[in-house]
Amino acid sequence: MTGSAKVSDTDSGSQDSVQELSQEQLQRRSVLRFFGAAALGCGTAAAAVGSQAATAGDKPEIPGYDWNQHHWGYGIDATRCIGCLRCVEACKIENNVQQDAHHFRTWVERYVYLEGEDRPHIDSQADPVNIAASGSEKEYRFANRYKDTKVDKAFFVPKLCNHCTHPACVQVCPVGATYKTEDGVVLIDHKMCIGCQYCVQACPYGARFFDDRLQATNKCTWCYHRITKGLLPACVEVCPVSARVFGDRKDKESPISKFLHDNRTLVLRPESGNAPNCYYVGIDKEVS
Amino acid sequence: METLSQFAPYIGYVYPNETVIPWTVMIVIYPYITGLVAGAFTMSSLYQVFGMKRFKPVAHLAMITSLCCMLVVPLPLLLHLGHPERAANPMITPHTTSAFAVFGYIASFYLVLLLLENWFVFRPYIIQQAQQRKGLMGRFFRILTLGSYDLSPKAMEHDRKWIFALAVTGIPGAHGLHGYVGFVFGSLKSREWWSSDLMPVIFLFSAIISGIALLVVVYVISCRLRKVPVDLECLKGMSFALWGFMMFALLLEGVEFASMMYRAREGIEVIRQYVDGPLTVPFWIMQIGIGSVIPLCLLTFMAWRGTRGTALYNGLVVSSLLVLMAVLMMRWNVVIGGQEIAKTGKGLLTYHAEIFGRESMTTAAALLVLPFLLLWGAVRLFPPWVETEVHP
Repeated sequence: MTGSAKVSDTDSGSQDSVQELSQEQLQRRSVLRFFGAAALGCGTAAAAVGSQAATAGDKPEIPGYDWNQHHWGYGIDATRCIGCLRCVEACKIENNVQQDAHHFRTWVERYVYLEGEDRPHIDSQADPVNIAASGSEKEYRFANRYKDTKVDKAFFVPKLCNHCTHPACVQVCPVGATYKTEDGVVLIDHKMCIGCQYCVQACPYGARFFDDRLQATNKCTWCYHRITKGLLPACVEVCPVSARVFGDRKDKESPISKFLHDNRTLVLRPESGNAPNCYYVGIDKEVS
Repeated sequence: METLSQFAPYIGYVYPNETVIPWTVMIVIYPYITGLVAGAFTMSSLYQVFGMKRFKPVAHLAMITSLCCMLVVPLPLLLHLGHPERAANPMITPHTTSAFAVFGYIASFYLVLLLLENWFVFRPYIIQQAQQRKGLMGRFFRILTLGSYDLSPKAMEHDRKWIFALAVTGIPGAHGLHGYVGFVFGSLKSREWWSSDLMPVIFLFSAIISGIALLVVVYVISCRLRKVPVDLECLKGMSFALWGFMMFALLLEGVEFASMMYRAREGIEVIRQYVDGPLTVPFWIMQIGIGSVIPLCLLTFMAWRGTRGTALYNGLVVSSLLVLMAVLMMRWNVVIGGQEIAKTGKGLLTYHAEIFGRESMTTAAALLVLPFLLLWGAVRLFPPWVETEVHP
């Protein structure tokens, strides 16, 4: 364990902490930032030690949940995905993600091979053409932009944090604010994050982003606040075609165990050595 | 709420989260100033450690310049951090696997070393001032003596040993500090533009040339302001040092670039597109052409012709200014360039720096001026000139 924290401080707390930021706090924060150098006194150092001590502990305090009993995994069947983007919408709402086209905990990519072409045309819901089609950055739609061309092959690929076994983001974090839990999830403690964005750089999947409301990094948590209560991640819950599969790999009867048993799967960028834990079916070589 | 400043326009396919460039111009300035620290220290070591007498006129100036730059090093990082009030945490609760966590320790160690070495170097002057001056300044210097007024030959010999030891330790210290900055970039496997074993070495050599060039400029300007003649032997030595280190720096960068192109791993088409397009002006013209090839040719020509006097003076100052610009462009092309090539390997982004604001071009310019302001004050308190040296 590289670090541990109360889950309430990290994930479900991220919504609350964002919502609770009053104007006064924000103003104070910007003053602090401005006089950042001055704030580096002994008092701050002592406070930092204090906050570390406050979050230290062996396990997250979640009633009825033991993280040693689980090992979560995620499967994506790209042959099923219809690009409806309900997952993206559900994630944005469930996790209070910024409502713009530049911050996503999960997104969907569309790969379109036109007749006579070797390389696919790739876009996601964040593409300006698709935003123009939906009419807002808060609504998600794939524009029918290839209707006048002959499409040879096309498919959708949902993307999210891969919760890697050897996460490069965790390796580079200078304070251990981002850490790997015993049940296989990569989380961020926003009360520890210093906002250097080294982890954003280190992630080869583009899964991390800087949350300007928290002045810290944010990303997918597989809805840790839900899965520890026996619920599914929001994106899996709302998927109408079961393209997204989630479950406990320690349970042989779980959807993810069956998914991995029944399919030959791939992971993204295996050469990175990160050992990702999102397993894909139905993607081709252009997907990375 | 502070609104997000910039969304980077792009072509091709980039991950949606990539449209906010994580590391801004602040992270360009940070390795640049760190490089000046290491480079200036190298020059002072040539005299302090290796006894190269021709560098005596700039030896103390180099040390105090290095210190003034070092004091500014943390500022771009603090301005960049989302939570600068937690900036000490990497040292208090370090995460040992992070390359970043070591920075605080190396930087602090080096800062203490620089302060100590400067104190030993200026100790005779401090004691002289403490004895001569009255009032507030007198008290200031008396505090700085730390209670020791001993200038006996035995004490001076003791000081010389300390200066030598600190200078020797400082060479790996300064270079470790900067080599580590290169490691921060080179060790990231997520970006092909950065991921290179040569990155720390390239950073080091470019640091040394920027430090030498800075010293040339600072020394020449200081002589002008003080209306004293420039030591041409010293200048000539610096032009040789600049030429030698430049040769290595340019060669290493060429080897690194060539091997990346030759390896031609996944995503190389986009890198080629980037090198041929957006990099034309900042890389080919400014960094390589104007900033490296021209000064190198000029320095070679001067060495070949045995140029002396005003021509050497002018040629070296022009070369140094161009080298300072080239190294700044190199930092820009590495830091910003790496982020403009999308991680997808299928798209290119464009970074637009803000004009005003916390991480803006104005702040960057201010940070580049700040070491000179500090130096301006520091040389008044502790004159690093040969003619003001105190000989007990």
